This record gives sequence, structure tokens and C-alpha cells, in this order.
Amino acid sequence: MSELLRLSISEANDLLSRRKVSSVELTTAALQRIRNSDDRLRCFLTVTDDLALAQARRADERLARGETGSLLGIPLGIKDVILTKGVRTTAASRILENFIAPYDATVSRRLFEAGAVCVGKLNCDEFAMGSSTENSAYQVTRNPWDHDRVPGGSSGGSAAAVATGQCIGSLGTDTGGSIRQPAACCGVVGIKPTYGRVSRFGVIAYASSLDQVGPMGRCVEDCARILSVIAGHDTNDSTSVEVSVPDYAEALGPSCKGLRVGIPKEYFVEGMQPEVEKAVHAAVAQFERLGAVVSEVSLPHTEYAVPTYYLIATAEASSNLARYDGIKYGLRRGESDGLLAMYRRTRAEGFGTEVKRRIMLGTYALSAGYYDAYYLKAQKVRTLIRRDFEKVFAQQDVIVAPTAPTTAFRVGEKTSDPLQMYLSDIFTISINLAGLPGISLPCGFDAMGLPIGLQIIGRPFEEARVLQAAHAYEQSTEWHKRSPPD
Amino acid sequence: MSLDRNTVHHVALLARLELSEQEEAQFTDQLGHILEHFEELAALNTDGIEPTSTVVDLIPRYRDDVVTNPPAPEELRANAPARDDNFFKVPKIIE
Repeated sequence: MSELLRLSISEANDLLSRRKVSSVELTTAALQRIRNSDDRLRCFLTVTDDLALAQARRADERLARGETGSLLGIPLGIKDVILTKGVRTTAASRILENFIAPYDATVSRRLFEAGAVCVGKLNCDEFAMGSSTENSAYQVTRNPWDHDRVPGGSSGGSAAAVATGQCIGSLGTDTGGSIRQPAACCGVVGIKPTYGRVSRFGVIAYASSLDQVGPMGRCVEDCARILSVIAGHDTNDSTSVEVSVPDYAEALGPSCKGLRVGIPKEYFVEGMQPEVEKAVHAAVAQFERLGAVVSEVSLPHTEYAVPTYYLIATAEASSNLARYDGIKYGLRRGESDGLLAMYRRTRAEGFGTEVKRRIMLGTYALSAGYYDAYYLKAQKVRTLIRRDFEKVFAQQDVIVAPTAPTTAFRVGEKTSDPLQMYLSDIFTISINLAGLPGISLPCGFDAMGLPIGLQIIGRPFEEARVLQAAHAYEQSTEWHKRSPPD
Repeated sequence: MSLDRNTVHHVALLARLELSEQEEAQFTDQLGHILEHFEELAALNTDGIEPTSTVVDLIPRYRDDVVTNPPAPEELRANAPARDDNFFKVPKIIE
């Protein structure tokens, strides 16, 4: 693999601005890497060669004029639930197999205006519903560290592509852990921003009170650079908040002196992989060496997070996915049998099993007679989960915990038991329910050589502090320097 | 609360999904099992707790009533599964 593809964004940026390398060279290397490796890894649903080279040439022109910009000329991949104008965008679903996005999502537009290059659209679980990327209607993405294992999900393509040098960074989305858990499984960094930090205009909706877009990269600084570009208020998304966006990369430094770190006792549970527990405890000790003040804290409603999440998320999904009716876009089947039959057959053929299962669960939770017992109850428990975090954050600056209870599991290991699959999100979903920012970064490897993820959670809109803590830890360790076997 | 086959059948109709016999049986088992696991929520006391539907304060924002997105009829219609000139074609809905 070309050494160019091991560069961080700031290293690539430096070479680009000194004209030591061109964006076309960098982009060509990435496209070459995708061609040579993706028949095994299956990260990309669409490779956008022509778009990428055109964007790279434009970036080189801007660089030649002396323009600068942290993402100018940098090849990135975009999860296939994010619209990219003129490019097929499928949400990894058959129902959108031939859908050409008529406009750019705000995050895509912001990346492109900053001069970033899109090398392609990344595989994920269908409609971002899953924890292994096995629910894609098209292909199973492989974990670059062990091809018999899953890359995590739902942003499995976004994580694996970055880990293996097919692109320098990527965008994922995170509704219940879909950036952080695959980042942990693939040994990369991924941050889910605060709910409201990043616009979701043009992002295919799964569960609208939880969905957020965020960056993935091989180091914390790369994620900070991408986040600075995509964050901020957007008049097209009324849930995006008018809070100013700092230069996240500028704020990074080596110290954690005086940082108050809470360790939630409920996040060290029976049945978790002992190596994960050990690695996270070692990371906590490292924070102490960096000057942090560590205390044990309690988030007592943690055990209720899985049912709360799966009732709220599926209820919202059942409503959001009602739009796939075969009328204005997407698949259409059974039209000769009348309108109702057309709706039902289109959705039967267009959606995969997990999507149907979640639509069914959500429709049930919202249906007459069950609404109070399930949906309303879950919304009340969501309040209790939020309050748990508010109490802890009155005393602590960040919370440190494992990202997932185990390292990457085997392909096929959990597909027959949906509940087991849901439980792989136990440490990430509370953060979405509370709307908080959370990052995952590498903190070790198990005996099989599989990466372990450390999660750092912050107060709303305190991404800068989360990134700062993550960066200080990362730079004091060597974990992020390891690469998967070629 | 276990789930019976009739309920699954009814919910599939509400959700506009056509399920095969096999899917219906499978979902009856799986959703029943999932809901059983979720029963632990019922045991939690939530008296007097306000529900959370969103974590941000949604402030109504006002703007001038002007078109800011230029019409792109061709791009929008290009994804239509069936069209007739400027129209989306759909099955007959009134007998």
C-alpha cells in the first residue's frame, strides 16, 4: 500500500500545501487501494472515481492559487445513508437500489466546499439498523484485522475503509453506537457529536430524536478537523442548534491536569470480555498519570437503556420508513393488484429482515392499547437516563467507559438472535438517549490481536473537551500507530 | 406479555408490510422474546416523570416566505418508478 494512505489529515495537508504531493496523486492512490483490496473487504457500495478525480483536480487548482484549508484535497468516504448529489445513495437497502440523490446533504456540501474529495459511498447496515454491517442488502464488510469477523455497525464500511487506508477519513452516523462501536471493532477513532451539533439535512432518517452524523479517522486530530467543517447550525435542520463551532484541532494538547474523570460502575458488567475490562482499567490509570482526577460514579438506570432505546428508535423508524411507498422514488412492486397491495409488496421486497423486524416492533409499540405501556413508558425512562448523566456531570468533566463489551465478533455469530445483537450496544445507546457527545478510540488489543475501544463521554456541546481528553490519552500511547495486516 | 400470531398479522397490515407465513411465525417468536425482555421497564416506577421526546429545545424559527431551493423537477422525477411526462404514475385508487 502507498505510504500516502497512512498519512494523517494534517500530514497530508502539510504535503499538499507545500506542493510535495497533489490531491490527484493522493486520490489516485486511494482509488487504487480500493480497487486492490475491496473485493476482500467489501467496504464500498459505490466507488466514485470520476467525481473524486474531478474534485481532486479542483482542489489542486485551489492549492495552486495558494488557498489553504484543513480538508482541501483530502480523500474521504461517506456512509451511504448521506446524500451526495448525482451519486447513487442506497442506505444499503434494495428499496433504494437505483436512487440517485437529487441534492447534497448539508454535511456533504460542507465537506465539498472545504475541498474534500469523495472517493465513494460506504457500506452499512440497511438504514443504519444493526451492529455488524451484516444487515446490508448488498454485502458483508469484513473486519480488516480478521476477515472472519464483523467490522461492527452500522457504520462498518466507514470504519473498515479508514482502518485499511482506502480513504484518510470518513463520515458515519450514530443512532445507538453506529460510529463508536465500529470504530472500536476496527481500531480507529470515531466521534458522535452532541444531538443538534451537526445538521441532518439530507441524511436518510432512522430515528430522528437520536440520529447524528460524525467523523471517523485514524487519530483524534483527524476527527477534530472533520468535525470543525461539518458542525454548526443549518437553517434546513430545525434540530441543529445555534452554538458556535470552535476550531476543535486548535484546542488539542497533551495534558489532562485536573480533568475530573468519572468511571461508571454499571459499565463493567458480568459477561464482558476480561481483556476489554483490563484494557479500560489500564487506560483509566493512564489518565491518572496524565493528571486527571478519577472517581467511581453511578448511572443507575443503565440496565434499562437497551429496552428504552429499542422501543423509541423502532417507533421513530416505523414512522420515518413509512415514506418508502413506491410512489415517487425507489422500488415499486405489485402495482397491478391495487394501491394497498402495491405498498405491502414493495415494502416486503424492498426491506430486509432486520428493517421489517424494527418496523414491526415500532408499529406495535405505537399501536392503540400499547402506546402507554411501551412508547410513553420508554420516553419516561429516557428522562431518568438523562438525569443520571446530569447528576454525574455536575461533579465530573468527562465519563470514561468501554465502548463495547467485547471485541469484534465472528460473521454470522449473532445473526440468528436479534436480542443478542441488540445487547452489543449496551455501552453506547444511553449516550444517544441523553444526546451527549461520545468518542471511541483504541486502548489496546486482545489476545487475538483485535482492537479494543475506549469511550469518552462529555457534557452537551463539549466536544472540544472530549477530543482534548482523547487526544492527550492517544498521544501518550502507541495503540493508534498499529495498522491491520495488509 | 407474549405476542400472538393474530396481533403480528394485524401489525403487519398497519405497517403496510406483506409478510410470508414463515416471516409471520418467526416475528411472532422473536418479537415476543424481545418484548418479554423489555418487560423490566414495567417494573420501574416512573410516576410523575415527564417523558423525553427530544433533548434539544425546539425553538420555532421564522423566516421570510420565499423559495430558497430552486425547483429541480427533472432531478426529482428522475427517481420515479413510473412516470408520464410531468406526472408520477400510480395505480388506480378510486373504483
